[in-house]
Amino acid sequence: MQATHAIPHTGIHEEHHADAGFWRTYVFSTDHKIIGIQYGVTALCFLFFGFTLMLMMRWQIAHPSVPVPLVGPLLEKVLGSVASQGKISPDLYNSFGAMHGTIMVFLAIVPLAFAAFGNYVVPLMIGAPDMCFPRVNMASYQSYVIGGIIMLTSFLIPGGAPQAGWTSYSPLATSIATNGQTFWLIGMVFLITSSLLGAVNFIATIIQLRAPGMTWMRLPFFVWSQFVTAFLLLLAFPPLEAASVMQLMDKVAHTSFFLPTGLAVGTLGHISGGGSPLLWQHLFWFLGHPEVYVLILPAMGIVAEIIANNTRKPIWGYKSLVYSALTIGFLSFIVWAHHMYLTGMGIRVATFFQTTTMIISIPSVIILTCMFLSLWGGSIRFNTPMLFVMAFLPMFGIGGLTGLPLGFNFSDLHLHDTYYVIAHFHYIVAPGTIFALFAGVYYWYPKMTGRMMNEFWGRVHFWLSLICMNLIFQPMFAQGMAGMIRRMSDGGANYTAAHNTATGAEVIGGLSDSLMRLHVFILWAAVCLGLAQIPFIINFFWSIKHGKPAGSDNPWQATTLEWQTPTPPPHGNFAKAPIVYRGPYEYSVPGHTADFTPQNEPDKA
Amino acid sequence: MSESPSQAKAQPHDEHFSHHVRRYLYVFYALLFGTLITVGASFIPFGSRGINIAVALVIAGGKAFLVAGYFMHLISERKMIYGVLGFTAFFFAGLMALTLWSFGDFPPHTITH
Amino acid sequence: MEIPYTTEIRKDTGLYNAKVGIWLFLASEVMLFGALFSSYILLRIGAVEWPYGWLNVPLGTANTLVLITSSITTVMAWASLKMGNFGRFKFYHAITLCCALTFLGIKSYEYHDKFIHYQVNLKDGRIVDGHMEENGKDEIVILGRYVKDAHDVLDLHERKDLAKPAPIKIERSEIATMGNYGPWLNTYTAIYFTLTGLHALHVIGGAIVIFYLWAFGGKMWKTDPERFTNRVEISGLFWHFVDLVWIFLFPVLYLL
Repeated sequence: MQATHAIPHTGIHEEHHADAGFWRTYVFSTDHKIIGIQYGVTALCFLFFGFTLMLMMRWQIAHPSVPVPLVGPLLEKVLGSVASQGKISPDLYNSFGAMHGTIMVFLAIVPLAFAAFGNYVVPLMIGAPDMCFPRVNMASYQSYVIGGIIMLTSFLIPGGAPQAGWTSYSPLATSIATNGQTFWLIGMVFLITSSLLGAVNFIATIIQLRAPGMTWMRLPFFVWSQFVTAFLLLLAFPPLEAASVMQLMDKVAHTSFFLPTGLAVGTLGHISGGGSPLLWQHLFWFLGHPEVYVLILPAMGIVAEIIANNTRKPIWGYKSLVYSALTIGFLSFIVWAHHMYLTGMGIRVATFFQTTTMIISIPSVIILTCMFLSLWGGSIRFNTPMLFVMAFLPMFGIGGLTGLPLGFNFSDLHLHDTYYVIAHFHYIVAPGTIFALFAGVYYWYPKMTGRMMNEFWGRVHFWLSLICMNLIFQPMFAQGMAGMIRRMSDGGANYTAAHNTATGAEVIGGLSDSLMRLHVFILWAAVCLGLAQIPFIINFFWSIKHGKPAGSDNPWQATTLEWQTPTPPPHGNFAKAPIVYRGPYEYSVPGHTADFTPQNEPDKA
Repeated sequence: MSESPSQAKAQPHDEHFSHHVRRYLYVFYALLFGTLITVGASFIPFGSRGINIAVALVIAGGKAFLVAGYFMHLISERKMIYGVLGFTAFFFAGLMALTLWSFGDFPPHTITH
Repeated sequence: MEIPYTTEIRKDTGLYNAKVGIWLFLASEVMLFGALFSSYILLRIGAVEWPYGWLNVPLGTANTLVLITSSITTVMAWASLKMGNFGRFKFYHAITLCCALTFLGIKSYEYHDKFIHYQVNLKDGRIVDGHMEENGKDEIVILGRYVKDAHDVLDLHERKDLAKPAPIKIERSEIATMGNYGPWLNTYTAIYFTLTGLHALHVIGGAIVIFYLWAFGGKMWKTDPERFTNRVEISGLFWHFVDLVWIFLFPVLYLL
């Protein structure tokens, strides 16, 4: 195997880099690899924080008005009366819910999947020295951090964090007596700015900085998925930014963009009315729907890379994958109102959105099918990344298929706003995207650090996470179908048959005891899931210094360009532009002695 | 500026530019004229407000075409840029059209203001 | 390895990096203002009543002409650099910056005019509508007129029946409520201030970038004239976009 090694530590840029000092090199860096790691570490911290919010919410659901163990007194100390005696009040529950969603989507998963992995890997994969606009890259990271800090600060202001869900529907969002919503909106402006700058950078880089010979159809699928994701962010976020500005005006300048005439809510004071709550929903979901494809496409890209590498054969249906990704990107802009079936839309509009929603499921199925087919006849290596990726396939299958009843207008009438929806999207993001991201961490770790993460603890992490995630979310399908609605701070205690017969109230469709008992079961599964992450966190930090050395620059024997650099790649990545001779998945090519051929290895005459 | 494909680098061409400069001036005059007739047309009573709106938007569209086409050099831009803008226009139209449609389409006998 | 195509064009796309970048960014700006225009249409269609003639058309026309002028000076500034004439570039962009300041000045005046324009609801049921002349502790003076109700001043187009504005002295004790023509008054003022405010922020941003290139560009012009010319082109594209938005804003808000 002949790899084009970049020459480390010589060249003007390395010298500049060496005496740039700690701050320029590690904090205010414009190097895409450092920025990628910055995004990754920050996003993982937010992921952890969002997880703890969820644990406290699940405690409240399982044991309403019982003080939270361990952290109850701390909650009261930090948050004040909303957590009096360590109990989670309904207001606090609502703010935890809103922030859990916001943090997980905007501060954890998207920065991790798109910005962290994308920044580190994409320039290397296309043979570029860096992103197109390194300083814009740094600005985008800094904007993200500022936005995140603003969001978190809202917990500490009087009135607390926003309480109207991550969806921030008006009039509720602007009529709750807290400035938390203002913080959310300003934070969103920073986060959207960060995403827009990042999207511009990714698209320009992929268009302009592909190495000689790296044609569009020789790009690894991960690069294609990042390309489509960047377009989704670029074009779908601005309407939400416009809506955020308008909601900010509603909150701060007392306008009535989203407030209808005749609304009589005390804290609003005198408003002009004339606005439309539905306008907010349309503008929000115009982003909201492409956003979910932003959550899944990078993950699909990572899955494709790891499957090809660990089956030692090309991905089945490369062209189908590429065209499906492009189709998903395009269609995702015209399906959004399937989140709004219950807003009183007429039959024609609802049918239009139902049709486009059904159509968009086709390319998703094509992608999943191609990945399943890729396993056939493969020489499968069951290492930790591969385990996560193989679990991704059925888990994403469950998540995706359970979305179909939600996409149909008539079945959504029953399922909208129930726990079924929560189960559906968590299956896609939790044992779906997050598993792909875990796989990516284990997979690219040796390129970043030169060491492998511990394989045994990786498997422990995998099996425990897989089992726990299923134990958490499977029961929610049943709860949702039985009618348990979302966002109930008492876990539905007020709607149980038992509760109502006791008060003598007329009961129709009350929640059964067995359904309510599932809450405790889910809580324990969630706790176990949290404990299952401990081996991962320890493994991650311990292996930096003590992990098994990777042994080579290409320990997985992969074909793509990021593995043909020194470890870690130097500033500038390649001494001169690599030349690409073939596609990205030349594994087990008949007639070759090695079972893989890197993209930049010259043809032997 | 319309660069011929064989030009790899941008070169200053004094003579080349003088007719481009003239074109910019013509566009400028057209824009001034367009502004004045937009204002004038808004005072003409066409009968229905809809016609006034259409006239104003058509003139604005024309001015926009001139600014985008000539000042922003879109008239001689690359396919890649046309592609990006084409998709943008489609999604913008989709946002506007579908949102407006959904406001106007509701189940029969539902109470509205 | 240096980042390629910062000035030279990549052959298969025919573009240099920053040009790709700015057009992508402008595409996102189209979606931003597009969403606001869509909201405008929606709010107006859904409104029971909509004001007309509340904005000063001559001032708006002047602002439109100012921005159009700045547009041609922007492209001429870039063309001057392409022809190697730095002095001419400085001349044209000086005019661009003056136009930007003029635009913002006129806009500030218009905003101020709205903020001192009050609707005063008196306790006896009458309404006074006009501009605040004196803002005393016990009494205010409004240069305006009595109106029957708020609807009376909704459509100000060619209203010959309205009395000429005259100074009206009002004791504060007579006032039930009063409010000015800020964004809170109705959805028209709300969308007006939001659209023009966001546009004005873009004018400020664009002007700052152009000023930076104008004031400190000499150094890069000497060391890397092509790269500097490209930067001027990119900032010019942004500026033209700002003009484009106003081309639609002006008729929509002022004339229709």
